[in-house]
Amino acid sequence: MPKLTIDGIELEVAPGTSVLQACEQLGIEVPRFCYHEKLSVPANCRMCLVEMEKAPKPIASCAMPCGEGMVIKTDTETVHKARKGVMEFLLINHPLDCPICDQGGECDLQDQAVGYGFDRGRYGEEKRAVKDKNLGPLIKTIMTRCIHCTRCIRFSDEIAGVSVMGATGRGEHMEIGTYVEAAVSSELSGNLVDVCPVGALTSKPYAYTARPWELRKTESVDVLDAVGSNIRIDTRGGEVLRILPRLNEAVNEEWISDKTRYAHDGLKRQRLDRPYIRENGKLRAASWEEALALTASKLKGAAPEKIAAIAGDLADAESLLALKDLLGGMGVASLESRQDGSAIDAADRAGYIFNSTIAGIEQADQILLIGTNPRWEGSLVNARIRKRYLQGGLTVTVLGPRVDLTFPIEHLGNDATLLNAIADGSHPYAETLKAAKKPLLILGSGALARPDGAAVWAAARAVAEACGLVREDWNGFNVLHRAASRVGALDLGFLPAKGGRDLAGILDGARKGEVEVVYLLGADEIDAQNFGRAFVIYQGHHGDRGAHRADVILPGAAYTEKNATYVNTEGRAQHTRQATFPVGEAREDWKIVRALSGALGKPLPYDTLQQLRKRLADANPVFAQIDRATPAAWGAFGTAGAVAAAPFTLPVENFYMTDAISRASATMAECTEAFVSPAVAERTGTHG
Amino acid sequence: MAWLDRTARGLFMTELVKGFALTFSYMFKPRVTLNYPYERSPLSPRFRGEHALRRYPNGEERCIACKLCEAVCPALAITIEAEPREDGSRRTTRYDIDMTKCIYCGLCQEACPVDAIVEGPNIEFATETREELFYNKEKLLANGDRWEPLLAANIAADAPYR
Repeated sequence: MPKLTIDGIELEVAPGTSVLQACEQLGIEVPRFCYHEKLSVPANCRMCLVEMEKAPKPIASCAMPCGEGMVIKTDTETVHKARKGVMEFLLINHPLDCPICDQGGECDLQDQAVGYGFDRGRYGEEKRAVKDKNLGPLIKTIMTRCIHCTRCIRFSDEIAGVSVMGATGRGEHMEIGTYVEAAVSSELSGNLVDVCPVGALTSKPYAYTARPWELRKTESVDVLDAVGSNIRIDTRGGEVLRILPRLNEAVNEEWISDKTRYAHDGLKRQRLDRPYIRENGKLRAASWEEALALTASKLKGAAPEKIAAIAGDLADAESLLALKDLLGGMGVASLESRQDGSAIDAADRAGYIFNSTIAGIEQADQILLIGTNPRWEGSLVNARIRKRYLQGGLTVTVLGPRVDLTFPIEHLGNDATLLNAIADGSHPYAETLKAAKKPLLILGSGALARPDGAAVWAAARAVAEACGLVREDWNGFNVLHRAASRVGALDLGFLPAKGGRDLAGILDGARKGEVEVVYLLGADEIDAQNFGRAFVIYQGHHGDRGAHRADVILPGAAYTEKNATYVNTEGRAQHTRQATFPVGEAREDWKIVRALSGALGKPLPYDTLQQLRKRLADANPVFAQIDRATPAAWGAFGTAGAVAAAPFTLPVENFYMTDAISRASATMAECTEAFVSPAVAERTGTHG
Repeated sequence: MAWLDRTARGLFMTELVKGFALTFSYMFKPRVTLNYPYERSPLSPRFRGEHALRRYPNGEERCIACKLCEAVCPALAITIEAEPREDGSRRTTRYDIDMTKCIYCGLCQEACPVDAIVEGPNIEFATETREELFYNKEKLLANGDRWEPLLAANIAADAPYR
């Protein structure tokens, strides 16, 4: 533990701490451009110079480890002069086009030029200009503004795991770019915009739309995958203009996926802004009273066993519970939240959550991925595995389709029966798992949606138990969900009650006429043509698959428009916060269910969000522990049975379009065209 | 003795004579009133009157939608919306000034990095309705086109002092 003195204050720091980090611990601000907490240290911007006693010249504090007895001064004449000099050199080739730069107002260079720079320029010669690069539909480049901090290169190399960016040339001729002109094909590419300290890389869809000081910032949670990334929603005048990551070391660190960041323009398109009723095969606009009265009469007119409800992937816990209370109170047993037909059930909480937690991945030394592509099903989980891989000593083994995961993998094959072989020890990989200190398996949601999903689930449990994944202090059994609503729905038991139908049963019943009324709570991933002659009530926010088939539409709120609770794949309950108001006559989802209960003459016992949240916490204590991943006790789950020899298939075909919001997004459509379609074309061999 | 002095002045009406003398003396001095609107007083080049959006000599609008005027406006009278124009340059799609809110402080023209928004010498823009004082981009650009020679001259006249 080296002891050093900074500006006359003595402090002791952990070995390996850099001088800059030590300054930060004391709250002393040291300007920097190239240094980033999550990236390696190149020390090439020279902005963080500080004075060290007995050193002949100022030192770069980001790259200097603290030593015993060091005396650091950060506020001397020499330091000020050094910073001014560095700043003047950085600005020599910077175009100073702040008024037209999108980074203006939140630019490190701008702020630090004001704080530490010289008050005028002395450079009168020609400035250099660099040709802009095409980095795809998400990132706009103005390379003349680049100050060569190399953060983007380090981000794509280290975090995103796609070594596409680099620098060519030296000195004055140095240029950042992709060596061969190509879009940055990574699901994390949007973070390049965040790491860039100047305006060289900016967001293309957000170009020129707003200034940071105009925006209202709301801290919320993402629901487009089950990771539950923490986000900040920037709005102006009732419009979501951009989404940025919010630091949460336990979930997403400070990154978010491109879908999370850029799919928000889907919130403006295809919205259901008022209730609709189908008449003579056509939807017509209706009033809330009419729509609720019709819905209530249909629900009253059908026997409870002929009513079914399916909850979608974006449903929040509040509306799930309200709908369950309402329909459950009427005696409806056919409640379903597993839109993909997954065999998972709520028998044991440890069986359906990501037990090791996402941060726990960093302790693992052996990871088995079963039928999943974490890069597309939970990009930040994949980023965490890559972070662990870079620390060394990790082997990732894949059982399922071979996919490029940004780190090397060992491929066991794509045969589901291998699971049984590992469980009974006949496969050599069982020994590897047993030998590992902290082994971990990640079971993809696609593997559970197979016809033999329950058996796969049981087989995975057998692997976990046989190979020592579940111990006193470690639970390496993880399920990686894709739907933000899934864990919450399972926690609330939004599942078929005794005698109720599951997804296949509901669809089958609807076709045969045994199910007369189907209530879709934002369920869009089912082929809606399967509902036969049933009366379909659709409550949701987008005119997607569900709404096309609906007989009555109750317009709900999207995740940026409501205060709601979502439980991520780790079982961590988090709150979204309202950033804008629901469009038109749309309302928050639980309020719609509450209003419907009034129209049915069976009012639910809660009128405010507080009362409903209390009921949530009573229904499952998990909902009282916000932002915490509650560990679950290990129990029995799955149905032991024969695992079919069929290969695993991946559930996500297009990362950029997985839900109603991203399907409505123009940016996501561009990404699909740029990144997914060419890859598909390549696979079919029709190119060239 | 003070009472004698006061009575004498009252008796000879000296105040009245002095007053009339002053009035009479002004008959031989130059007039200070102006026959507005046929005559006008000179205006400083720094005079802050009606707003205008200027163009470059080649006809390109100067405003680049940096929104600094919107940010600096103490009366929140300016509203700007922007997006990339077809050629990729940064331009406003909306530039509104609510002239009923404006306090004519001139901070907008101080903030403007390209001398696009200026307060010109025009003071005669009273209107019959309130709505006419909600200026949009079209109106402001038209103002700029109309006043450009004077605006350019004013800026040139003030330039040595900046």
